[in-house]
Amino acid sequence: MIKFDGKALLGWVDARFPLTKLWKEHLSEYYAPKNFNFWYYFGSLALLVLVLQIVSGIWLTMSYKPDMTQAFASVEYIMRDVSWGWLIRYMHSTGASMFFVVVYLHMLRGMMYGSYRSPRELLWLIGCVIYLALMAEAFFGYLLPWGQMSYWGAQVIVNLFASIPVIGPDLAVWIRGDYTISDVTLNRFFAFHVVALPIVLLLLVVVHIIALHEVGSNNPDGVEIKKNKDPVTHLPRDGIPFHPYYTVKDIVGVVGFLIIFSAIVFWAPELGGYFIEDNNFIPADPLKTPEHIAPVWYFTPYYAMLRAVPSYFETQVWGVIVMGAAVLIFFALPWLDRSPVKSIRYRGPIYKSFLAAFILSFLILGYLGVLPPTPFRTALAQFLTVVYFAFFLAMPWYSRIDRCKPEPERVR
Amino acid sequence: MSESTVDKGKRRFLVATTSAAGGLATVGAAAPFLLSLQPSERAKAMGAPVEFDIGKLEAGALATVEWRGQVVWVMKRTPEMLASLKKTAGVVNDPESKNKGQQPDYARNEWRSIKPEILVLVGICTHLGCSPTKRTDLAPADLGADWMGGFFCPCHGSKFDLAGRVYKNVPAPTNLVVPPHAYLSDTRILIGADTKPA
Repeated sequence: MIKFDGKALLGWVDARFPLTKLWKEHLSEYYAPKNFNFWYYFGSLALLVLVLQIVSGIWLTMSYKPDMTQAFASVEYIMRDVSWGWLIRYMHSTGASMFFVVVYLHMLRGMMYGSYRSPRELLWLIGCVIYLALMAEAFFGYLLPWGQMSYWGAQVIVNLFASIPVIGPDLAVWIRGDYTISDVTLNRFFAFHVVALPIVLLLLVVVHIIALHEVGSNNPDGVEIKKNKDPVTHLPRDGIPFHPYYTVKDIVGVVGFLIIFSAIVFWAPELGGYFIEDNNFIPADPLKTPEHIAPVWYFTPYYAMLRAVPSYFETQVWGVIVMGAAVLIFFALPWLDRSPVKSIRYRGPIYKSFLAAFILSFLILGYLGVLPPTPFRTALAQFLTVVYFAFFLAMPWYSRIDRCKPEPERVR
Repeated sequence: MSESTVDKGKRRFLVATTSAAGGLATVGAAAPFLLSLQPSERAKAMGAPVEFDIGKLEAGALATVEWRGQVVWVMKRTPEMLASLKKTAGVVNDPESKNKGQQPDYARNEWRSIKPEILVLVGICTHLGCSPTKRTDLAPADLGADWMGGFFCPCHGSKFDLAGRVYKNVPAPTNLVVPPHAYLSDTRILIGADTKPA
């Protein structure tokens, strides 16, 4: 009888693939600051939601038909006839919204604690690219149920490209593959949503984690733990190994998250029309625009900005430029911040006020983007768009003159 | 091979030419993928002109025709409606249809049509492609007391008069598009082409 020898097997593998090395580098000997708080849940939660989306997505493709005449009915078939199909579909639709909840909080964490500052600029940029890829993934996926909102939402967003001078109209035809959103468009959006972007997202997440583990995690105090190492062990004094300390902590976060996630999936999967819009239970009708078109909540802050900008010189490309700039300006953040400290804990009142104004403007713009426009709401959206950009564009100035408190030598 | 025998100039030349050839090959290989995203021959064929009978259209009524998957409106305007165009000329952005891309030359007149009463328009807002609604009720509560009838886009609040001319200070930048169209007879129009098929 052959005796099973785990150690020998591991040795055999390690001689051929760096399994133990990878485990040590990224888990058991990855030293993270000991003072992570609540805000540090959202990175691992984003990874969890990504896995949930991929698994539920694979199961949905088993019954979904990317065909203009069958798409809507196939989603209803999943909801009514496929065993447990309703659960898998609601996990996927809720997961999409929760992905953005988690990612927005993850980004806010990075902004509050200065996680985009040197040496983590590239880590932040990779994160921004993940955010763009996630937006594209959500946009392509939203067409697939082929409901009224799917159709008209895609119509509006593809027409954003049509507003680009000279090449715009041809570009829009090229994106759609037709003169209007059609079966061709549905089929290619399916390909992008199910094959192309998930591959890109997975690769980017791996690159993001490699970059993180190269520079090391920031922390709520914004001080570098690598500056204070034990002379004998050469390990940071304020660091603890990710496994088991933070794997256990993150499990607590996962449990809390899944309680909220399950509550939505089981009791309010449409979340009052915010996660799945009411109009999307009506099949797409190219000849009839719904009374009021609004994208899903995670795009509405930018949508409110788009609507707030009037057209000049017979083109409405300006709104598109403002909207694009609002997303892309996150890329510039590492070079806009001139503060001597990283963390909000040691920042002065001016930065705190600007950050509060930025968060409020983002939330209120998001709410305005859901509502139909009125002259007052448009004026308010214009004001809040200025506030949103002021946070970024005035940062080189206000971050320098702010009254900061001294950073501590070590984390608390 | 020792360092001294390496011809650095030759090596640089080979690296540069290989990179250039490889780059060209990459562009060439990408071309069919990018061009494949264009409308297929079937999609192009389905963009062929369509015929419509205006004989049964009542005065003031609007009919919807589908051309290239787009909504095309055919509307028979009443004399009062045509008269309203004189009044809206002051509040619209481009009353004389100066923007050439928005209509064929034969529709660059005060009615934006071949026959004054028959209006043919692509029913897609020039802002972001929603379909505006016909609002011929005069002075309704939501559009104000000076509303003289026209089209209103519910998505972003753009307003157009009964010739599809865009109001000033609304999100839509240009007048609604008049598609190419032609009269095959007194009551039959062809939408999508300027002339009768030979």
